[in-house]
Amino acid sequence: MTDATSGSAMGKPKSSLLVQDDRTKRRNAAEARFRGYGVVAITIAMLALVGLLSSILYNGSSAFRQTFITLDVYLDPAKLDKDGSGDLAKIAKVTTFGYAPLIKKSFEVEFEKQGIGVEGMKPKDAAKMISKEGPAELRRFVLANPDQIGETLSFEFLASGRIDGYYKGRVTMESAEIDKNVSPEQLQLADQMKDAGVLETKWNWGFLTRADASENRPEAAGLGVAILGSFYMMMVVLCLSLPIGVAASIYLEEFAPKNWITDVIEVNISNLAAVPSIVFGILGLAIFINFAGLPQSAPIVGGLVLTLMTLPTIIIATRASLKAVPPSIRDAALGVGASKMQSVFHHVLPLAAPGILTGTIIGLAQALGETAPLLLIGMVAFVREFPSAPPEGFFDPAAALPVQVYNWTQRADPAFVERASGAIIVLLVFLLFMNAVAIILRRRFERRW
Amino acid sequence: MSVGLVFLVVIAIAIVGFFIGRKRAVLSVDGDVRKLHSLPSYYGQTVFIFSAVPALLVTLAWLLLQPLYVENQVSAKILPGDIVEGSSLELVMADVRRISSGLDSLVASGNVDEDGLKLINAADTDVRALLGEVGVAVASDVQANVFTASMEYRAKTAMLKTAMAVVAVVLSLLGALIALSRIHPEYRARNVSELAIKSLLILSSMVAILTTVGIIFSLLFETSNFFRMYPAKDFFFNLTWNPQFTGGSDLGILPLLWGTLYVSFFALIFAVPIGLLVAIYLSEYASRRVRAIVKPAVEILAGIPTIVYGLFALITIGPMLRDYFAQPLGLGASSSSVLTAGVVMGIMLIPFVSSLSDDVINAVPQAMRDGSYGLGATQSETVRQVILPAALPGIVGAILLAASRAIGETMIVVMGAGAAAKLSLNPFEAMTTITVKIVSQLTGDTEFASPETLVAFALGLSLFVVTLGLNVLALYIVRKYREQYE
Repeated sequence: MTDATSGSAMGKPKSSLLVQDDRTKRRNAAEARFRGYGVVAITIAMLALVGLLSSILYNGSSAFRQTFITLDVYLDPAKLDKDGSGDLAKIAKVTTFGYAPLIKKSFEVEFEKQGIGVEGMKPKDAAKMISKEGPAELRRFVLANPDQIGETLSFEFLASGRIDGYYKGRVTMESAEIDKNVSPEQLQLADQMKDAGVLETKWNWGFLTRADASENRPEAAGLGVAILGSFYMMMVVLCLSLPIGVAASIYLEEFAPKNWITDVIEVNISNLAAVPSIVFGILGLAIFINFAGLPQSAPIVGGLVLTLMTLPTIIIATRASLKAVPPSIRDAALGVGASKMQSVFHHVLPLAAPGILTGTIIGLAQALGETAPLLLIGMVAFVREFPSAPPEGFFDPAAALPVQVYNWTQRADPAFVERASGAIIVLLVFLLFMNAVAIILRRRFERRW
Repeated sequence: MSVGLVFLVVIAIAIVGFFIGRKRAVLSVDGDVRKLHSLPSYYGQTVFIFSAVPALLVTLAWLLLQPLYVENQVSAKILPGDIVEGSSLELVMADVRRISSGLDSLVASGNVDEDGLKLINAADTDVRALLGEVGVAVASDVQANVFTASMEYRAKTAMLKTAMAVVAVVLSLLGALIALSRIHPEYRARNVSELAIKSLLILSSMVAILTTVGIIFSLLFETSNFFRMYPAKDFFFNLTWNPQFTGGSDLGILPLLWGTLYVSFFALIFAVPIGLLVAIYLSEYASRRVRAIVKPAVEILAGIPTIVYGLFALITIGPMLRDYFAQPLGLGASSSSVLTAGVVMGIMLIPFVSSLSDDVINAVPQAMRDGSYGLGATQSETVRQVILPAALPGIVGAILLAASRAIGETMIVVMGAGAAAKLSLNPFEAMTTITVKIVSQLTGDTEFASPETLVAFALGLSLFVVTLGLNVLALYIVRKYREQYE
């Protein structure tokens, strides 16, 4: 039987400041665990960020490199300009199919010269190593320069998507066995051509400048139309949302009386900021396309929808920077006889300008990456033609960068996964650039009172 | 004259008016501007405003009303007999519009001149082939009445366009003259121009309200059309979603709602604990240096567009979950699944939850922390027993906002969750959400008369109502909580 009470002054003290008792140990362990949870959470978040970016970089960086085949092509007058008249209308009658034999022929010549070739392989199969875009490009060149017919010129053709995939690790000898679009012989030949210097994989400007291409020629697909379309949309967004947003914020921050109408507007703006983006797409479809009759897939409609989406962001940022201008500035202006309007436009607004610009750029960056509303207003359409110069160009069909990404992910050929990731890299570079400009502006011009 | 040209002419008149107005004001006091009520350029501004604003407003209204008026007039020409079976007046009118713009390009191409056009008789000329030459495709052969209607449509449009240009320019000149005639030294030009500017400011701030009205109006209008074709009871309570473009489809929202909530549930399960712990660690434990690195890094996650997350789900997370979890466990073989979309959406929501909770946690007064430390509590005990309970309403608000984000998110689920409408519990199965179906029902060539298309508006309205409700609730909670400590 032990004494339950520890009242005895003679007994050893039960606890010491120097020795941790069980309860303290438990509490300290709990403390360490809790801290650990925090570290784990941060690690997960960082891993997610790194994983996201590296997955995109890993899949997409190869889109910027492309395999080209350089060949000397004899522009045979017998095939292109039969009567030798040089009449452009007659030359134009030769379709793309009429140009394929020229390429086949130049393969034969090239192989003989270099002494390469795989046994049992016909020149026809070798010609298939060139993108289907090849003859079309040749035709375009001849139509632009009809006087070159009869000459032998060196052309750089895109290799077909599978050959290109072979040098990017997507296609192997084993996969070529079962692929009807490419044969192992073609791959062997490609290796020989590479050694002979006819075929090379190099930096691909075409990815940034070409238009989109159809399902079965991923090698020719580029972002040109999408970048231009996105640029047009950003122009519309900037021209509309900046003046409207700034005007609205000036009214709400400097002039609006405190009444229920002002309250309604303010609640409205904060709610608009949280409306799902797809709802704006529905709005665009119903109002701008069905009601107002604007054309589908046009940058103007995309720009209008994105303007409505960006307005709350810009208004919130502008109001914050107007609020940051100290009242003494306004008071001083009013004191020397300026009107309320003059004090705002001559003094407050210039001081708030850096903050407004920063907010606008961030709003634009958001708009640039927005996809869902654009799907509904028809930007998913397959657009091959570049839109013309503004202002007519705003009404021409165009693509947009993020929608182009979505478009490519919906296609069957795995080469488009690389293209989509590459397009994401381009998009992220633009976003990075815009955000960097915003940060620099803020650092350089921000003033604290 | 094209609209752009009218616009330019009006602006040019206004700019010239500005300079004349300013000059006139200066001349009216013989160059002694001190005698003027306002600064000289304010007089110019009044001229600018009077000549530009009314003319441009009238042009805008004209552009909106002209098609309505012309169609109303022209559609009377079309007799019920001209409407082919299976077609409607609207479709015929679309043809009329197309033919008349085709005739424009026909004239522009130089194949036919204006007089030649009048001689064309639809009964014995192949108008369709003629239009085909200039790249305008008409679906069927053009009937005589339709052709007359198109000719009239074209004539009326051209006439009204000219009339509009004349009216706009005359209005602009008239405005300039009136404003100029009012200029004299006592004229309160500054007040007039400031009033006009202020009205512009008010108008701009109304855009937000107009947007909301536009959203609600378009959603309600099309939804009521939908419910006229498809019973509302079936829409809300039918357990199957099976649209058929031949008619007789089942359009129940419940499977979509289930998919939406299931995906959002996983997203929140992932994002809330991580986001909250990140916020707690950053605000209570992290050194300044760690904070300076981690906080911007987390914010980068917030700045990445959702299409990037969608692609990440499609090419990385989806196949990973399938190969390492779903297939070994025998739960499914599809790379798009509820869990894929949920996890990726969770990553997207981490910065959202963490930055909102960070604000809330920082708003808890320091005195409460100090009190807790004073009683001998450890840091984690303080966080768990003092800060979190105090910040709870704000955190709940943050979670609700995140939930509304998750429900309205589109690209991640379009690319990660799949397209099959199912009521299933298996998270490795592909399911679909409201937003996915809005996209799939409205993309591509759509005809706005079928319930299969219009259902997207009903889905959009449901989505709008749910997210708006969550937002209002969340903002209410957050605001109420903030007031407690301020």
